[in-house]
Parts: sequence; C-alpha cells; structure tokens
Amino acid sequence: MKLNELTLTKTIKMLKSKQISHSELYSAVTQKIDKVNNSLNVYVALDNEAVLKTKNTLDLPLAGVPIAVKDNFLTVGLPTTASSKVLSGFHSPYESTVTKKIRDSGGVIIGKTNMDAWAHGSSTESSDFGPTKNPRNPEHLPGGSSGGSAAAIAANMAIGAIGSETAGSIRQPASWCGVVGMKPTYGRVSRAGVIAMASSTDSPGPIGKTVIDCAVLLNHIAGKDCYDATTSSLAVSDYTAYLSKGVKGMKVGICYVDHPKVKGTPAALAVLDAGKVFERLGATVDLISASDTLMANRILNPNYAIGVYTVVQRAEVSSNLARYDGIRIGRGRDFLATEAKRRIILGTFTLSQSFVEKYYVRAQKVRSLIIQNFHNLFGTYDILIAPTSAGYAQRLGSSADNPLFGEIEDMLLEASSIAGLTGINVPCMRDPKTNLFLGLDIMADQWQEEKILQAAYAYEQATEWNEWVANESE
Amino acid sequence: MKASSFAASDVQKIATLAHIPLTDDEAKALASGFRKVLQVVDELNDIDVSNIEPTHQVTGLENVFREDVIDTTRMFTQEQALKNAKRIVDGFIVVDQILEK
Repeated sequence: MKLNELTLTKTIKMLKSKQISHSELYSAVTQKIDKVNNSLNVYVALDNEAVLKTKNTLDLPLAGVPIAVKDNFLTVGLPTTASSKVLSGFHSPYESTVTKKIRDSGGVIIGKTNMDAWAHGSSTESSDFGPTKNPRNPEHLPGGSSGGSAAAIAANMAIGAIGSETAGSIRQPASWCGVVGMKPTYGRVSRAGVIAMASSTDSPGPIGKTVIDCAVLLNHIAGKDCYDATTSSLAVSDYTAYLSKGVKGMKVGICYVDHPKVKGTPAALAVLDAGKVFERLGATVDLISASDTLMANRILNPNYAIGVYTVVQRAEVSSNLARYDGIRIGRGRDFLATEAKRRIILGTFTLSQSFVEKYYVRAQKVRSLIIQNFHNLFGTYDILIAPTSAGYAQRLGSSADNPLFGEIEDMLLEASSIAGLTGINVPCMRDPKTNLFLGLDIMADQWQEEKILQAAYAYEQATEWNEWVANESE
Repeated sequence: MKASSFAASDVQKIATLAHIPLTDDEAKALASGFRKVLQVVDELNDIDVSNIEPTHQVTGLENVFREDVIDTTRMFTQEQALKNAKRIVDGFIVVDQILEK
C-alpha cells in the first residue's frame, strides 16, 4: 500500500514508531497531487515546502501529518480566496482558530482546497476557479461546498481534511465522494477566521478516511474560543474514547425514507439496510413517518427546511458579504459571480422593511418549530439516521441555471443544520458500475458528538463500504 | 412590489441598495429565478406560527463576556493592516468620494 493511502490514525502511529519518515510520506502525497491535481482541480493553493514544516512535530499528537484545508479558513503563508475572484491574491494577516489549533497539534497544512465560491452551493461547480471533479468518477461532481476537501480524501491527496458546513457542506460532499465527514454541533468548533457565510449555522468540521480519523481531528479543533462568542465552554471529550462502546440499547429513528423524492430509491434502501445493521448490533430501530398527521412529524417535511434555510441563509449572506467593498481587502463587487449576486440580492429583499415579517421573521419562527420537533424526537431517540443525499453524485454541469440546486441536494440535511445539531456521513453503498457512493447520515442532539461517532464507528466496523477500514484490517 | 410578480426593475432596485452592479440581462434572469425560489419559500405560509417566537441563534448562550485586556500578539502593524488594500497613499486607504461638493 502507498503511504498516501494510509489513514490518519495509522499514519500517526507509523510516524511516531519511525516505521515511516516524513519525507517518504510527503513524497507519496505530493506525487499523487502532482499526478491528478491538474485534472481533478482539488487544490487551489499548495504549500510546496510543507515537508519542511514537519520538523519537531513528532512529539505532538498530529505528528506532522499533511492536512488539506478548505479555502475559506484564513491561513498565514497561504492565500485565502473562498474560491472567489474577489479575494484573488488575498493573504490574511492572521490565522483562523481551527488551522492554528491544527498547526499547534503538529498538523501541517499542505494546501487549500477548492469550494463553491463563498461556500454558496453543493457542487463545487460555482467555484470561480473551475469545478472540482469527483475522484471516484471524474464525470461526476464531488458535491459541495467542501468538495475539494472531500475529494482530497477520496483521491488520497491528503491524510486528513477540514471543511465547513452551513447546511450539508461537509456531509453531502463526503457522501458523494465516499468518505467520512462530520458536522459538529454549532458552537463546538470556532468560526473565528472562517470567511462567514451564514453566521447562525456555520460549523467547521473534519473530513477523513474513517470515523476514528474524524474523531481524532475533532479532538484537536473543538472547544471554547474567546474569538468566537458562540463557542460553548462545555468540556471537550476525548472523542475517540467512546468509539468501541457499540450501539446496544440505543434507540434509532429512520427519517426521510418515505419522502416522495427518496422513497424506493437506492438511497432509501441503503438506509433501511443500515437500520437492519443497527438492529443486528442490538439497537431498537423505528421508522419515523413524515406523512404522520401529527404536526410534530409533518414539520420534518424537507420542503419547510428548504424554505427556512433559503430565507435565513440569503439574509445572513447579504449581511456578511457587505464587507467585501474592495476597499480594505480584495477587489470590488463587480468581481462577484452570479450565485453570490443572486444570494445577496434575495437576502437584501427578504430583510427589506416591507418583507421582513413575511419572509425572515416567519422563517425564524418555523425554525423554532423545527427545533422543537427535534427536541421531541430526541426525547425518544438517541440518534436519527437518514440518507445524506437522495442520490449518487450528479454529473458535471448539473448545477447550472438552477437557483435552488444546493437546497434540493441538501434537503435532507437542512433541518438538522438550522437546528444546530451534529451529524456524520459514512459511506453505506457503492455502485460497482459507476464507482459512486451513497452516504448514511447519523444525527444526534446538540453536544452529542460522542453518540454519533460511536454509532458511525459501529456501522463502519460491521459493514464493508469503507475501503480504508478494510485495507488496514488486512 | 409583489414577490410573485418580481420584475427585472425590482431586482435592479434591490441591487442598487446592495451595491451590486447588474446588467439588464442579469437582472431579468435573476428576477425569474427569484419567482421560483419564493414559490418554494411561500410553502412556509402553510404553517401556523401564531404565538411562536423566532429563533435567531441556537446556542442558548447569553451575555458572553471576556476579559477587557489588549492582546498585543494579535495587533496588526500598519503595514499588515494595509497590505491587502488596493489603493494606499501615505499610509491611508483611498476611497471614492461619496458626497457632492
């Protein structure tokens, strides 16, 4: 096996026991990058001297492993553009909290990954620097907006990666690329130094080859940060400590499989199968019907989440992107591409005096109902499972001229995001004809990261979909 | 202005407020997109939200304070603060005139 194909956990172990050296590891990773980055367009910036930064890292927990970081995290020494031409050539004078924590733990930022410009999308096709292609099948999209980070993992062009999710932007590309991606609870990981998209839902998180890799990365990025007042001072667990506890006695609810766009699809069937896996492992599994006449469950209808998310996200975007005036940083607003213009203008409209009650305030009220409904569900269930995406990765070009492409693709994720919950994608099916993957989304209540990692790990160990787990257990 | 009859001229008006330059063709395309998007959003009208408080943040945190001290390690030099600005004269950032003489 080539060294770039190792998991983060195994890489750290082999580096620390001196079975492999940094120079061997970095040469394998950069060889892979040199070979495929031109065609896949995964990295928008690379640190060609990354291997030199591994010096004195061996005693630190991340031991000098190469980490790919989404291009909306501010990094000193590497440009940050959020894949928008407005920020071409921008060099941040300060570092994001997440990347500082990675570096302080001994991780090395090997490069910045492509994304939908400003994170506005679920395809990575709206990047101003061209689309990223799905390494599993380059005729298809990687998903997004953290498409570059998910693709970097899928193509073994990094050992670990960092993305950010506002409503699906970690879990959906992880699903389409057949990797593990975790959205922590809103407020678990600092947003300081992350280019803001929707401030009330933005959640940085890990993307990795296995569940344990994501747990390790989360250990190093989670926690209270005095530069982000919305971070929680709740103690950070050792997220790897719970992994092997299993799901025996857990109550699992299956969501969304009877939605008209999901019912009977391979995604629905794969999730029902996953339900059987959890049952076999000792959990109690129920089907939660969206057609239930009780209001409490009807609110799970993804159409409402799409409506709430669309209004809230555009409103927050219009406010957050107002700072890009071309004066202190970046270029003028004439460099904004269509999608950003579309979102800023719609957000400005829904916040305007005559429409704010009708759109923005109503959406925030429905948001309260969605949160209340999750609260009720988590009174009964430990975790909820659902398809991450209703289908396999779409073909290149699919997002063109569709003002709601992202919202439709993320329709099964938006409710959990606007409620600030935590969720993780694990691969749950591979189509041998196309080599494309489906993903299982495991969600839990706020601050229950341990629970979803525990369930995801149990599922990963009990099934054969994760090639890295299979390879390393050989 | 009615949301259902969103016209290119309405889009232009909002774009001006948001300081976004738009061509007429762009405004036309955006207007038709907005009509579709607002149709989806209008489904929220099915839901009874009387007596429901809006949620603006989900952390449950209130009144977050920090020590009122200056962290000199995070202060920029003038050079750092100005290095990403496109137009600088004598350590100042140049901006367009917005007031008539």
